Amino acid sequence: MTTLTAPPKTAPPPSRRRAPAQVSKWKRRFPLLPALVFTIVVTQLPFVATLVISTFRWNILKPGERQFVGLSNFTFVFTDERLRTAVLNTIVLTASVVLISVVLGLGLAMLLDRRFVGRGLARTLLIAPFLVMPVAAALLWKHAIYNPDYGLLNGTLNAVYRLFGADNGPTIDWVSSYPMPGVVVSLVWQWTPFMMLILLAGLQAQPGDVLEAARVDGASAIATFRHITLPHLRQYIELGVLLGTIYVVQTFDAVYTITQGGPGSQTTNLPYEIYLTMFRKFEYGEAAAAGVVVVLGSIVIATFALRTIASLFREEVSR
Amino acid sequence: MRTRRMIHILATATATSSLLVACSGAGGSSSSGGDGESINVLMVGNPQMEDIAKLTKSTFTKDTGIKVNFTILPENELRDKVTQDIATQAGQYDVATIGAYEVPIWEKNGWLHELSSYADKDTGFDKADLLKPMVTSLSGSDGKLYALPFYGESSMLMYNKDVMKAKGVTVPEHPTWQQIADIAAKVDGAEPGMKGICLRGLAGWGELGASLTTVVNTFGGTWFTKDWKAQVNGPEFKKATNFYVDLVRRHGQAGAAQAGFTECLNAMSQKKVAMWYDATSAAGPLEDAGSSKIAGHVGYAYAPTVETKSSGWLWSWAWAMPKTTKNADAASKFMLWASSKKYENLVGEKLGWSRVPAGKRASTYENPEYQKAAASFGDITLKSIEAADPANPGVQPRPTVGIQYVAIPEFQDLGTKVTQEISAAIAGKTSVDKALNDGQKLAEDVAKNYQ
Repeated sequence: MTTLTAPPKTAPPPSRRRAPAQVSKWKRRFPLLPALVFTIVVTQLPFVATLVISTFRWNILKPGERQFVGLSNFTFVFTDERLRTAVLNTIVLTASVVLISVVLGLGLAMLLDRRFVGRGLARTLLIAPFLVMPVAAALLWKHAIYNPDYGLLNGTLNAVYRLFGADNGPTIDWVSSYPMPGVVVSLVWQWTPFMMLILLAGLQAQPGDVLEAARVDGASAIATFRHITLPHLRQYIELGVLLGTIYVVQTFDAVYTITQGGPGSQTTNLPYEIYLTMFRKFEYGEAAAAGVVVVLGSIVIATFALRTIASLFREEVSR
Repeated sequence: MRTRRMIHILATATATSSLLVACSGAGGSSSSGGDGESINVLMVGNPQMEDIAKLTKSTFTKDTGIKVNFTILPENELRDKVTQDIATQAGQYDVATIGAYEVPIWEKNGWLHELSSYADKDTGFDKADLLKPMVTSLSGSDGKLYALPFYGESSMLMYNKDVMKAKGVTVPEHPTWQQIADIAAKVDGAEPGMKGICLRGLAGWGELGASLTTVVNTFGGTWFTKDWKAQVNGPEFKKATNFYVDLVRRHGQAGAAQAGFTECLNAMSQKKVAMWYDATSAAGPLEDAGSSKIAGHVGYAYAPTVETKSSGWLWSWAWAMPKTTKNADAASKFMLWASSKKYENLVGEKLGWSRVPAGKRASTYENPEYQKAAASFGDITLKSIEAADPANPGVQPRPTVGIQYVAIPEFQDLGTKVTQEISAAIAGKTSVDKALNDGQKLAEDVAKNYQ
């Protein structure tokens, strides 16, 4: 970006020695300009448009009533109770999914790091959930697993009850009784393989001689893990948490499919709330304002989270 | 190096999967022919629509030379798309299926082409044969038709005759809700794992909102009074909602808060519930021996009532033409054909009489072939549709026309949010009182736009 700014006209003329260098620099950059312009057009203009729309009261179901309202949409976003709940739900959802899948992913990666027969097959099978389309995965969980009538969970429960002579097991309505855990578990299922892959890459990049030296020195497995492996994995975990957070914050499919944001608004996260504003309420201005707030919030949280994690690990290393 | 490659693979995998998702969202073709010989039709993915997509090429296109490009979407996606397309004047479609809810609102916005002139000109169409409630609900404020019905429905009570017989219960032809609650208690657990009744509990103005609003109407409640006073936490609305939530919590289907039309159809046809209150158009699939375990063993009764004489809702999927179309003539030919007696006969002869898109014409119910195929439910369907009064569905005057919805643009949002809370009450996560008090605040905000 800075390379584009031409020197101000009033500035003193560049010295003779630097001028040819500048020209040749521009010659080199010129062919790249269209790409830069294209990138700006496709990435930044929509955001500018969103900013503009967020200052209007604009309900497309009421033609002719569009009007400029300044920042009142943002006031609405910050004072609306439903949006506050949605923010809270988003945080709970994202934090629990990312943390649980990092821990599980680490465990699986450690197991896969050892040599055993059929390791390739096990790895492929473990990666599979990540490759399933989000909608398909959500449907799978909603119907094949959580359904109180024919789902796997209640089916297993009933089979166990019948084993002990009971007529029928309890009919637990999983999604209504445990809405948030229901969504979290399905997302953890999807995201654990992602974390596992990143951490496995980290584990396999671990220098063997260091581990061997630790073993020779008589360090226990736990001590080796704590003082050598974990610090080594630091940047991999950081990466996993960061990418995971950015993606899980945007979760829509699981919420839309499994709970429809309910019961009530107990699992309504920001993307789903914005969807409702856009496609049920058709209030473009409010939806745009909420979207802008989400983008700003994501940037702040991502930066903050990254710093916290980085400093945590720095302490660990220095100890 | 290895890490970088891993990340690369991951990135590719993520990109691919999101691309796949994006692709799965799009569907159908949308080539626009400006020569008047090709039209784009956007429609909901119900069985009757799948049928017409199959039959068009060999009959309509063959006779008229007009090529029809269909785009078929599930109901929710259809609503999102059709509303956007028409409201933004994008003009991508020449014909779209919309319902009785949209017609008066969109007509007022000037988005729809009037169709009476086309229907009057076509002598074979026989506009007088259309059922009166259909005509009323698809007409604009000027009395002209703004959509042509493809099929229509009301609501009724369906029950498992074998279970009733085994328990020695008789379901009256015109039951009251109290009778139904008593029967639900009696037949609950009649077979292992069987519940008394299936009632929609899934949030959404067109899901739980539809069933519940008919109950509210007959209990004497309303969303708004004639002069736009919100009544969501009024005594009748509260009584009706308490009754509904209580019934479904005590004797309703498993997973009630997540069950909509599809889930209830499944529960009923797999003998998981003994009764079901829902759309009359459900009778077709229930009587289909291929997918239903109770085909031929279903009894039908009118929608249960309390204070009103009838309580069935009224809905139709209808063909509308956006004003932006450039192929009005070709589009009108298609709509008139699709809503005609001729087309009903075609379906009857080619695909079977139970698959006829019924519920819109009086003549359908006089057709001996159809009478035979729909012997058990045809009569109740027709009478329920005729008894439905969209202008006056409750005990007090309404500000808008409509039985299971309020015909204002804000209702999609209001209905969704209020039913979300009621659905939470069904799940036991909140109380009916709190749900309705919250709903009242939302409804008061909406009412301000009209007072």
